[in-house]
Amino acid sequence: MSFKKSTLSMAIAASLAVGFTTAAQARDTIQIAGSSTVLPFASIVAEEFGASFPQFNTPVVGSGGSSGGLRQFCQGVGENTIDIANASRAIRSGEIESCNANGVNDILEVMFGYDGIVFASRIDRGEFALTPQHVFAAAAAQIPQDGQLVDNPYTRWSEIDSDLPDQEIVLVIPASNHGTREVFEEKVLHAGCDSYAEIEGDACNSLRGDGRIIEIAGDYTETLARLDAQAEAVGVFGLSFYDQNRDRLQVATVNDVTPSLETIGSGEYPVSRPLFFYVKGEHLDVIPGLAEYTEFFLSDAISGYGSPLEDAGLIPMDDEERAQALEKFQARTAVSAE
Amino acid sequence: MTTTNLDTVDSRRRQRLDTVQRSLKSRHARERRFQGMGLFAVITALVLVTILFASILMRGVPAFWQATLYLDVHLDPEVIQVDERPVRQAAESPAQFRERELVWLNQLGMVNWNGLIDEALKAHLPGEIESRQTRDLRALVASGERFALRDRVMENPGLIGQTISVKMLASADVDVWLKGNIDRSLADSRQQLSAQTREWADYLKEQGVIRNSFSTALFLNTDSRSSPASAGLAGAFMGSLFMMLIVIALTVPLGVASAIYLEEFAPRNRLTDLIEININNLAAVPSIVFGLLGAAIFVGYLGLPLSAPLVGGLVLTLMTLPTIIIATRAALRSIPPSIRQAALGIGASRVQTVFHHVLPLALPGILTGSILGVAQALGETAPLLLIGMNAFVANVPSSPMDQATALPVQIYLWQGNELRNFFEARTSAAIIVLLGLMLSLNAVAIWLRKKFETRW
Repeated sequence: MSFKKSTLSMAIAASLAVGFTTAAQARDTIQIAGSSTVLPFASIVAEEFGASFPQFNTPVVGSGGSSGGLRQFCQGVGENTIDIANASRAIRSGEIESCNANGVNDILEVMFGYDGIVFASRIDRGEFALTPQHVFAAAAAQIPQDGQLVDNPYTRWSEIDSDLPDQEIVLVIPASNHGTREVFEEKVLHAGCDSYAEIEGDACNSLRGDGRIIEIAGDYTETLARLDAQAEAVGVFGLSFYDQNRDRLQVATVNDVTPSLETIGSGEYPVSRPLFFYVKGEHLDVIPGLAEYTEFFLSDAISGYGSPLEDAGLIPMDDEERAQALEKFQARTAVSAE
Repeated sequence: MTTTNLDTVDSRRRQRLDTVQRSLKSRHARERRFQGMGLFAVITALVLVTILFASILMRGVPAFWQATLYLDVHLDPEVIQVDERPVRQAAESPAQFRERELVWLNQLGMVNWNGLIDEALKAHLPGEIESRQTRDLRALVASGERFALRDRVMENPGLIGQTISVKMLASADVDVWLKGNIDRSLADSRQQLSAQTREWADYLKEQGVIRNSFSTALFLNTDSRSSPASAGLAGAFMGSLFMMLIVIALTVPLGVASAIYLEEFAPRNRLTDLIEININNLAAVPSIVFGLLGAAIFVGYLGLPLSAPLVGGLVLTLMTLPTIIIATRAALRSIPPSIRQAALGIGASRVQTVFHHVLPLALPGILTGSILGVAQALGETAPLLLIGMNAFVANVPSSPMDQATALPVQIYLWQGNELRNFFEARTSAAIIVLLGLMLSLNAVAIWLRKKFETRW
């Protein structure tokens, strides 16, 4: 059966040929990965970019969390590494070092707006008016009582503060692969921790291990699904996610401030953070459209007031801040490890 | 003496019968119990499958129809101020022409398409609409429709100045509102749309401007985040198609060849035993392990691109190969030895025996095994997540080297979309499409088996 043999060898040869010839071609699509908080924003920009610039392909946006994205970003320079890492926190010096060790030296930081972190619970349960101290008391492994550190005794919110609803304490928070976690620790846990003189430093970050704290490594839909399963739970979400699901969720005030575009923009609402993406300077002249994408991202029509990103829940920077961010990118100032 | 003997024989027989009679009842009961349990198991399985399918269908089927606006858009030449579409001149190089074309395309991109859509909407809405209400007005239409309008003019610039009737998708929020997927009694602050937009949506629906039409977007568009209503499966479908082609092109020849060699030619020794055990073990390796391997070898070491169907296809090939080898070997083994002996007996060589007699007879089994293996690969998600195929891709891939997603990954991505009350239905619709593909693949497998089946 020579016919079968020849088709077989042809099929193998053809597939190998496809593999080798195209691998030599230059990549002409921007590849992005990272924070799942930034993902919806970056995807919208990517789509608008592709539709507005006929000469460039639509960038491809992957997820993987801030840490995952930066790890991929720092793998090296070359076509099979990503061009942009999205992050919901600033890059750490350890990450810069690992980047530099792999030959990625031109790390261009671009800040493009803010996001608020909100506490939300199911709409059919009690309303929460939280303070960082409440959250800390609910989440910490140990809290001081009568001058001594004891294992966290609270099981209901009303035990912490009688004004809080009489509900079981279950707190659904992002796992440490999310940039949101860092903000949660910094802006909520640490702030709550400061009100107790007995606990300091790392002890502020140690969370109770009795199943009342649920860490979510996936995205906010997973957190929402948790709230469906455990009706009493309080979840940590991004403001934009809460905004799209207001029919199911109710938001908690923090220090009596309701999170909204206005209160976060003005800094009144305490739990907010800047959002970033990092551009690989080495790829700027290799991958077509990389600089244009960044400038497009920072344009008023895309990330300013009344822009599609604001509609999607981003808290825009004001014109001056945006101009500064653009200037910083155009000057190609790379971040370096101190 | 004889009578007593007979008596005892008789009484023994009666005793035996008695014992049988007595045990008969419990034996029958045991059989009934077993049958009952079997029936119960089958019914439980059927009920669970029915619940699963019913819930998917109930949620997914409505998503195949989508709120659509039927509008007459006047392509006002005052608004669309662009030059003539450039035509390539004889003396021009392709690069020069492309440059001129880009200038024209950019001009076209700068046109205020939203403004044109606004005017078309205003013609149907009662009362004077002020410019501060523009935001409410634009919330009615999917934001990607302005590009669709632009593309229409780009393809046919002669339309400028005419009034054309267009079908435009309503925005996802409007679709949710009109389908009642959001509680209509909720307060303004909990609604996704402003009160004004909701009122307009209901009015347009009443007037017949918004109709619930079959959603071609679901099949023809790629994924979209800036305009969720336009999100479709085309990109994921092409990605899956490329991967399946690669899987078929690689696994079927490789798998069948190795199975034939192992079954018909290879000597039986410790080495072939070892190979056989390993193939069986490989078939049981969790698919995510193949994903890790693919990420390390194909992307990390060979430098193939991330998110490419080529890499996905190679990873799925590794995963499917053992299945196909095992299925092919089973099919070959089921051919009676008499066929081989007869062929050898009349002087055929071993290669002739295999290719002229054994393989054609084993073909239905091999085809069934291959198709089921490919169908399994089609539904695989976990290994693809590790090679970057869960990225957001808004292009339809044109080659296996372009970035793409796959159908099951698209389901996973939509399941995670933050716009829950729109994408829950969309996700189920995607599941229906994927299940449909799987069922048709399985139907092909059954048909092939029936067609080529030989009895001896």
